[in-house]
Amino acid sequence: MVERAEDEEKWLAAGIAGLQQNAFYMHRALDSNNLRDALKYSAQMLSELRTSRLSPHKYYELYMRAFDELRKLEMFFKEEARRGCSIIDLYELVQHAGNILPRLYLLCTVGSVYIKSKEAPAKDVLKDLVEMCRGIQHPVRGLFLRSYLSQVSRDKLPDIGSEYEGDADTVVDAVEFLLQNFTEMNKLWVRMQHQGPAREKEKREKERSELRDLVGKNLHVLGQLEGVDLDMYKETVLPRVLEQVVNCKDEIAQFYLMDCIIQVFPDEYHLQTLETLLGACPQLQPSVDIKTVLSQLMERLSNYAASSAEVLPEFLQVEAFSKLSNAIWKVIEAQVDMPIFGAVTLYSSLLTFTLHVHPDRLDYVDQVLGACVTKLSSAGKLEDSKSTKQIVALLSAPLEKYNDIVTVLKLSNYPRVMEYLDNRTNKVMAIVIIQSIMKNKTCIATAEKVEALFELIKGLIKDLDGDLHDELDDEDFKEEQNSVARLIQMLYSDDPDEMLQIICAVRKHFLTGGPQRLPYTIPPLVFSSLKLIRKLQGQDENVVGEEASASPKKIFQLLNQTIEALSVVPASELALRLYLQCAEAANDCDLEPVAYEFFTQAYILYEEEIADSKAQVTALHLIVGTLQRMHVFGVENRDTLTHKATGYSAKLLKKPDQCRAVYACSHLFWVDDQDSIRDGERVLLCLKRALRIANAAQQMANVTRGSSGSATLFVEILNKYLYFFEKGNPQITIAAIQSLIELITTEIQSDTMSQDPAADAFFASTLRYIQFQKQKGGALAEKYESIKV
Amino acid sequence: MNFLVGAFKPPCNISISLADGRTRKQVPLKKENGQTVKVPLFQSQENIVGEVVIEPTQGKKVEHTGVKIELLGQIEMYFDRGNFYDFSSLVRELDVPGELYETKTYPFEFSTVEMPYESYSGINVRLRYILKVTVGRNFVSNIVEYQDFVVHNYTPPPSINNSIKMEVGIEDCLHIEFEYSKSKYHLKDVIIGKIYFLVVRIKMKNMELEIRRRESTGSGPNTYVETETLAKFELMDGAPVRGESIPIRLFLSPYELTPTYHNINNKFSVKYFLNLVLVDDEDRRYFKQQEITVYRLLETS
Repeated sequence: MVERAEDEEKWLAAGIAGLQQNAFYMHRALDSNNLRDALKYSAQMLSELRTSRLSPHKYYELYMRAFDELRKLEMFFKEEARRGCSIIDLYELVQHAGNILPRLYLLCTVGSVYIKSKEAPAKDVLKDLVEMCRGIQHPVRGLFLRSYLSQVSRDKLPDIGSEYEGDADTVVDAVEFLLQNFTEMNKLWVRMQHQGPAREKEKREKERSELRDLVGKNLHVLGQLEGVDLDMYKETVLPRVLEQVVNCKDEIAQFYLMDCIIQVFPDEYHLQTLETLLGACPQLQPSVDIKTVLSQLMERLSNYAASSAEVLPEFLQVEAFSKLSNAIWKVIEAQVDMPIFGAVTLYSSLLTFTLHVHPDRLDYVDQVLGACVTKLSSAGKLEDSKSTKQIVALLSAPLEKYNDIVTVLKLSNYPRVMEYLDNRTNKVMAIVIIQSIMKNKTCIATAEKVEALFELIKGLIKDLDGDLHDELDDEDFKEEQNSVARLIQMLYSDDPDEMLQIICAVRKHFLTGGPQRLPYTIPPLVFSSLKLIRKLQGQDENVVGEEASASPKKIFQLLNQTIEALSVVPASELALRLYLQCAEAANDCDLEPVAYEFFTQAYILYEEEIADSKAQVTALHLIVGTLQRMHVFGVENRDTLTHKATGYSAKLLKKPDQCRAVYACSHLFWVDDQDSIRDGERVLLCLKRALRIANAAQQMANVTRGSSGSATLFVEILNKYLYFFEKGNPQITIAAIQSLIELITTEIQSDTMSQDPAADAFFASTLRYIQFQKQKGGALAEKYESIKV
Repeated sequence: MNFLVGAFKPPCNISISLADGRTRKQVPLKKENGQTVKVPLFQSQENIVGEVVIEPTQGKKVEHTGVKIELLGQIEMYFDRGNFYDFSSLVRELDVPGELYETKTYPFEFSTVEMPYESYSGINVRLRYILKVTVGRNFVSNIVEYQDFVVHNYTPPPSINNSIKMEVGIEDCLHIEFEYSKSKYHLKDVIIGKIYFLVVRIKMKNMELEIRRRESTGSGPNTYVETETLAKFELMDGAPVRGESIPIRLFLSPYELTPTYHNINNKFSVKYFLNLVLVDDEDRRYFKQQEITVYRLLETS
């Protein structure tokens, strides 16, 4: 290969040298007006182009040099003609050259002067030139020669408005000339493919692609002719070009030329000839990358549609959508081997087109998706990443266009397309959908739509078949589920009945999610339900029919069942919190039995499921905190619950925990704004019990560690004493407080006490508080007066 | 005018001049020694009128046995050197035997001379016309002077001029159909035609059209045939595929053709052929030869 390249350099250098030498003699002949020598040396110079040894790339270099020299010769011919030399004679004279290639280059050069002289109709000269060029059947040489012809004739075509237009010369002749040159060039170009050894196929294809613009140039010129109006394009140009494209049966050519047609001619022409253009597509070779071609076309048409609203009626008039959609169907039908990726790309482009041109026609969009589903159904789940990417693009397009998931939810085929995505991508798509909703703050207000939405994002909601958990990153999973959780707030209706429906729908889907998801999905659902309850509660309850529609009771039942679902996870701590939350809501609704039931559930969980001591402490504090605020309970129920809670407190494992739980329980007997719950005695009992436990803790520490623990617990209890003291609990006496302060003081000063600056500070600030209250004056100050510090 | 310069000084100079020498068209003629000279051009049935001037050298006396001028049409075969066949010979006696003391001018005239054959100079044969002046002498060799001239005869355009059309081929390899628009061409004519490829299974490299001249001289067992290629004109470069048609346009004017000559005086013939040659990748040549008739058309300009 390297050797070849080196050789090629040598050949090129030799070619250039030969060319320059003859060009030198030619210049001399030109300077001395020696026509005979000029022709002789120019022919010799052009003979260098007869080489077969150069690749197209190198040949081009040589050609360009010859091209420059020929410009000088052309000038000379013009001069000669001006001096009175008959241009017709000149036209004959150059044809005496024995070698065909130089002869034809010279002929084209003189021909261009001939046209310019207007001594003969341009069309006759053009026709003769394009016909004579048939003599070069060698692909590369022929392509360059014809490209030369096209180059020199370009400004001399009898186009409308051109100076070469006349009675005998019309744009029809120009078009005819260009079409013929194009056809011949394409034939040569295609022929390259079949020449030379098979093993050099790749190299040949590369060389061919280097030459393609020479062929396309003709179309380019055609596209620029003023005289090619829609009628002529429709009747002559397009059919002839397509005929050549189809008949050449060459993959590279067909692809390039189709693309060329699309790029070169105006959009409105495409629109008006859509049927013809598209009709050619199924006739192309099966290996042609037709999807790119059609995508390009649709992209152009989309842009055209977007360019101005005035052109939109044209689209409707020619039924662009149905034609495109038909064509795609036919192409897919015809190209059996087209990968799924290709088909999806096509549909994706069509969809983009539809969204641009017919944004109001959701049925079209759905139709495209439906067609896509049909195609996908023959292939099963998608494995390759390219098609998957395309599907994501396909599905994202309507989202981006409408910025509104509600519109998308109307597309019945949308979820069906999603089904063909692999699970991972399906999730990605679902997240895209959710993000779209969040970004646009789209509110999904009916249960029906919610159903549709969940159908779309079901990849996130539940395990799909064959989903492999182990490959799922934990972090990603969290991220996914969090977005699902965030979604819930967007599912909202002002109508309570509808809202209930939504909740039911969501619940139904969430419950299928399996133990991994429930901890993420249940809480937002619960809170969403509670929100509804609060709303109902705000309304006049009599207005709402008890049985038929949403009532708090009904929702609570639902909630109960919902939270119960967490038991399979298990996520007892979470469930416990939710139960308590619900209990509180029930409390607000004055539904005692419901609240009691929730508490019962919470207690059961505490007893049966929460074994970890730390968790127990937390749970217990939550229970106590919630219970304290409950006002709905009758004495009996409250007693039961309080009793239980106190009992749990005493059974905690660690003494300090026990102590803290017990003094916390004291609050259960004293609710400030409820006269019925002000049982000072039992408060004191709790506090005393706490003190006992604190003492025991101290002693235990002495025994096990040789030093008593911190005095923190005592200080905390002191604070509780002070609290109830202030609240006016008659059982809390100054004496009790006084003795507690002394006890703490002794404890802190004792040698065995381990140093605990935090406890010291706590105690000090407590004392400061007492002092402060004393000095503040008022009723409290009087109470505090007798406490000595 | 031309003088024959001998090894020794001749006793007199002879010059031949034509009456319309100044206006008559002159054409180049290649002489034996390779030089090209311009000589007058005649056609059949023309009068050849002029005068002969004999000028004795420096007052010398020239005795002679008579002066004559001959118009000779000769065919000369190179392989039979020295053998001239005079197919035409006309004589005019210019003077009776006597003596010349001073320059003397003799007018002469050959009226409506029949010159059926054209001058021709080929490989093996030459047909020429000369005016020959002889001053006859006793005991010493005659004094002779020659003047060459050229004869071209014009033919009207043929009334029938069919095209040449033919399909040739090698089975399953190559099948072509070619067409030349005419079978008879004048010397400045142009050959128009096309080659149509019906079957191409051979990888072609190029295609040429040759113009060949076949000159046959002598007769019977002593026939000599010489063929020379006067033109090689490339028609096609590269390998065509089935269905291609390649145009032919060959101008004859740059080539030195003569008209076709049929059996001139039973001595020689000159025929022209178009030879279509296809060359394949391995330089094998496939060809088909077709005779064409070439004629001389009176130029009207």
